Amino acid sequence: MSSSPTGISIHQSDRALKRLKVRKAKEARFRMCGIGAVVAAVTMLGWLLVSIVGTGYTAFYQHYLTIDVELTESVIDPTGARDPDELRKANFRKIIQEAIYDRFPTVTERREKSELFKIVSASGATNQARQMVYNDPTLVGKTLTITVPTSDDVDQLLKGYIDRDAPENRRKISNKQIVWVDALTETGEIKSKFNTTFFTATDSRDPELAGIAGAVVGSLMALFVAFAVSVPVGVGAAVYLEEFAPQNRFTDFVEININNLAAVPSIVFGLLGLAVFLNFFGMPRSAPLVGGLVLALMTLPTIIIATRSALRAVSPSIVDGALSLGASHTQAVFHHKVPLAAPGILTGSIIGIAQALGETAPLLMIGMVAFVTEIPSGLTEPASALPVQIFLWSDSAERAWAERTSAAIIVLLSVLICMNALAIFLRSRLERRW
Amino acid sequence: MEANAIQDSGLFRPVTPGGEVIKMSEKRAHALAVEPKFKCRDVRVFYGATEALHGIDMDIENTGVTALIGPSGCGKSTFLRVFNRMNDTIPNARVTGDILMDGENIYDKKIDPVLLRARVGMVFQKPNPFPKSIYDNVAYGPRIHGLATKKNDLNEIVETSLQKAGLWNEVKDRLKDPGTSLSGGQQQRLVIARAIAVSPEVILMDEPASALDPIATAKLEELIDELKEKFCIVIVTHSMAQAARVSQKTAFFHLGDLVEYDDTEVIFKNPKDQRTQDYITGRTG
Amino acid sequence: MTLISAALLAAVIMAAFIFGRGLAFSRGGAFSASGVSGRAHSLPAYHGYFAAWAVGVATILAAFIGWMLRDTIGFEVVAILVIVTAGAGFVVCHQLINPDFRARNFVETFVKMALFLCSGVAVLTTFGIVLSLVFESLRFFEQVPLLDFLTGLQWSPQTALREDQAGQSGAFGAVPIFTGTFMIMGVAMFVAAPIGLLIAVYLSEYASKCTRALVKPIIEILAGVPTVVYGFFALLTVGPAIRGFAESFGFSVPTQSAIAAGSVMGVMIIPFISSLSDDVINAVPQTLRDGSYALGATRSETMTKVIFPAALPGIIGALLLAISRAIGETMIVVMAAGRAANLTGNPFEAVTTVTVQIVSLLTGDQEFDSAKTLAAFALGLVLFVITLALNVVALLIVRKYRERYE
Repeated sequence: MSSSPTGISIHQSDRALKRLKVRKAKEARFRMCGIGAVVAAVTMLGWLLVSIVGTGYTAFYQHYLTIDVELTESVIDPTGARDPDELRKANFRKIIQEAIYDRFPTVTERREKSELFKIVSASGATNQARQMVYNDPTLVGKTLTITVPTSDDVDQLLKGYIDRDAPENRRKISNKQIVWVDALTETGEIKSKFNTTFFTATDSRDPELAGIAGAVVGSLMALFVAFAVSVPVGVGAAVYLEEFAPQNRFTDFVEININNLAAVPSIVFGLLGLAVFLNFFGMPRSAPLVGGLVLALMTLPTIIIATRSALRAVSPSIVDGALSLGASHTQAVFHHKVPLAAPGILTGSIIGIAQALGETAPLLMIGMVAFVTEIPSGLTEPASALPVQIFLWSDSAERAWAERTSAAIIVLLSVLICMNALAIFLRSRLERRW
Repeated sequence: MEANAIQDSGLFRPVTPGGEVIKMSEKRAHALAVEPKFKCRDVRVFYGATEALHGIDMDIENTGVTALIGPSGCGKSTFLRVFNRMNDTIPNARVTGDILMDGENIYDKKIDPVLLRARVGMVFQKPNPFPKSIYDNVAYGPRIHGLATKKNDLNEIVETSLQKAGLWNEVKDRLKDPGTSLSGGQQQRLVIARAIAVSPEVILMDEPASALDPIATAKLEELIDELKEKFCIVIVTHSMAQAARVSQKTAFFHLGDLVEYDDTEVIFKNPKDQRTQDYITGRTG
Repeated sequence: MTLISAALLAAVIMAAFIFGRGLAFSRGGAFSASGVSGRAHSLPAYHGYFAAWAVGVATILAAFIGWMLRDTIGFEVVAILVIVTAGAGFVVCHQLINPDFRARNFVETFVKMALFLCSGVAVLTTFGIVLSLVFESLRFFEQVPLLDFLTGLQWSPQTALREDQAGQSGAFGAVPIFTGTFMIMGVAMFVAAPIGLLIAVYLSEYASKCTRALVKPIIEILAGVPTVVYGFFALLTVGPAIRGFAESFGFSVPTQSAIAAGSVMGVMIIPFISSLSDDVINAVPQTLRDGSYALGATRSETMTKVIFPAALPGIIGALLLAISRAIGETMIVVMAAGRAANLTGNPFEAVTTVTVQIVSLLTGDQEFDSAKTLAAFALGLVLFVITLALNVVALLIVRKYRERYE
């Protein structure tokens, strides 16, 4: 079938050249498919980030109304005793209502008045006034200038998310309210400011008062427990398996075990936590302690696998050198091998903990999904966690909640990016080469 | 010899095995018949910033076996990979200079490396059969190049290729077995059959016997001797004895330079250069 | 209280360490100041560690036993017990520590035992999972027959809570849940498998080093995004987008649908498939590529006809692991797939999955003994068994494949 040494190749015939063209086109198509796949994946990532940042960035500022409030003694403290407990129970709602009605004296009708009051965040304003008077009872009878958050609907209107041209009955804010809000904005009484509430407050029924502080503290506590448990245990297990374990069935079993544990769905760890920690050991529900323990068990395989590969990367000649100087095996491992593997161990631990930070499902199982309005003060107090807070908020349909959910996601992703960047930085910085 | 005379003599038939007549100028036909297969002028190969070959000028004969010898790292394998542009697959590798095959620069933009490699086959150091059956290994090339339209044609190509590679009798009853089930020497001959099946004009061999035992090596050398009747063969070898046994021309490379290139007999009996002398007699290497 | 006890314990252990080390120093001239000597077996610090360990373990043990019995023997007795035990520990150390005492060997044995226990935690975790799932599931199957659970077509666990509902077995038919799970997994793999594989092929065979260095981390970001974020993305963006798209063709699709949850899950799994397949493709020896290129094959021919078949077992392993990941994924489906247990083959409808049902059965108010909550453990067991089987098979295939080329 082949040509003679001096012959011309069959590969240069017209037919072959034509075929080559077809093959080249196929090649180009295949390549385009590859590029297309990469582009598709990158586009999805971009779409995700744009959609979340686009929805969420407006939650970082909020509109506030500055208003003069007359702290009428007859309303707050009719007895004049200035008893803090009495002051706390006083009808501050009325004070705020009066202040707003005074601002628009022309509004007299009952229904209109109630619409007018809906401009401000009712509980936000009352709580603020109450707290101020409680802290300083001498304020009673004076006129106070306070800055209170507007209601979430007004905030959304001013952020441009409510269509002013839509028919009145199809938007959450009435024509009159729009007129009032515009008037207040015109005079500078309504201003947009950085939303500190979002970072300092806990969960709330009102979006304009809700914040992530409680969830962040809950997450930090759970992560602290997870880190404190999984890193020592994981590193210990890895050192044992890599350095001391005899070659036998039990060791094989442990290894298979760890590999499989790494692929067990996270929700199953939640079931384990529910059955063992809550029901068997009777630990408290919704507590960061239990959440942390469950996350620790989940992170364990990651840390063990990372530590083992870090230990394996250390040249065995180092241990041989130490042994030749009369060190015991344990000394050689702990004085030389583990310190040299430390950067790898640290990196693996940070990545494992970063994964744990984003976990939600197991926390739902152990009840860290409650509506918690206080910053948890201890490991056994009921708490939420940042990803769970995101899950809880995502359920509410209002635009204001979607905005805050996205903002919480932005915070979560930023922390994750920082942790991973730290891991990469440590790896490149501390890595020793020989 | 005139081009017509060559054509008349039947030495050169511009006809494909499929019966297609290839149109070409008389001059080209003449060139094909008597000119060297490859003409290399100032060939340099760079890996990143390092120059691995320093301007090689060399002609490869149209017939017979040309051996490239030299100590490790002298650039002989790099040079071999110039002929089928395998260096293209190595990132950072760059080739400059002219390499003319039948008068055409193979590094010209309009030359397709895919087409070139169909014409210039290659056999590697370690036998690398695909993890497929023996049959599919040999049929792979003809299939991708569309050399057979009918099942029977393909069977024939596989059979003749295996016969030419001296493997047919050993494997004809087990064509469905995986190629990797063969012994090392058989695998290397399978890989040669695979290359032959594409109907190349040239076969490059990169130390083809280095992973084989002496008996398999002897068989392989016998095979090379038969193949040189039909193909232009360029072989890189570590073994001087092998070069002496199988080649008609030998080139000695040293540190990226072509030191000496002559008839094999001359190189081994009367080397002109001291370095060649030292290498042949085992003083360097 | 807890804090004070812990601080006291730490103080006692510290004291024991200092005591042990000091004793070792002071016992004759055997220990030189530098701690190195011709005669003593162990460095003074090891004696210190030994003392700390001995006293610490004894004290903790005593405190623990005392705490268990605190109601019967009273707090004062507990305190005395702990103090006496700690004292006894010091006395024992005082007796034992001398230059010939092999403190280091003791300490090292303890260390090894502690490390062994650490690796035991992994085993305990597995046992804990298996035992709790099996135990609770058995209780569930006492109330609902296994066959009804596995073959029943009706899933409505809420009705079983009603006292008057006698025939509750029909309410726990898990078939709609399984079909929903597999449908979402199917949609996810339909998205992720081709894209993930093509990315792996592109990055390993086509992309320049520079492109690879840029694209690989970007793809891996997809793996680092928490699943709750994907769930919100599906709910907020993808679901409405699919609905809008379908409406423009005159179809009505709910925001929560198998296709919305499945496709977002697919995006989540892409990096998983691409990085595993990338490893597998890179493990195919370069000589096979060279052999194919040398025959005049194009890159795509080499890829589809040589490398892909060679890498196939590894790729199948990777896909199995991805399927296991998809089946076990929770948050995306909880947020975007809906909760209605529809038995349907239409991916544009809302379906439910094993994980969604576990979450909805166990969140909110619950009595632990009702069939409703126990059903979650039965579903958990099914989930665990399926994912475990997939993982074991996948790891076996991958390992076999690795051996082939090593």
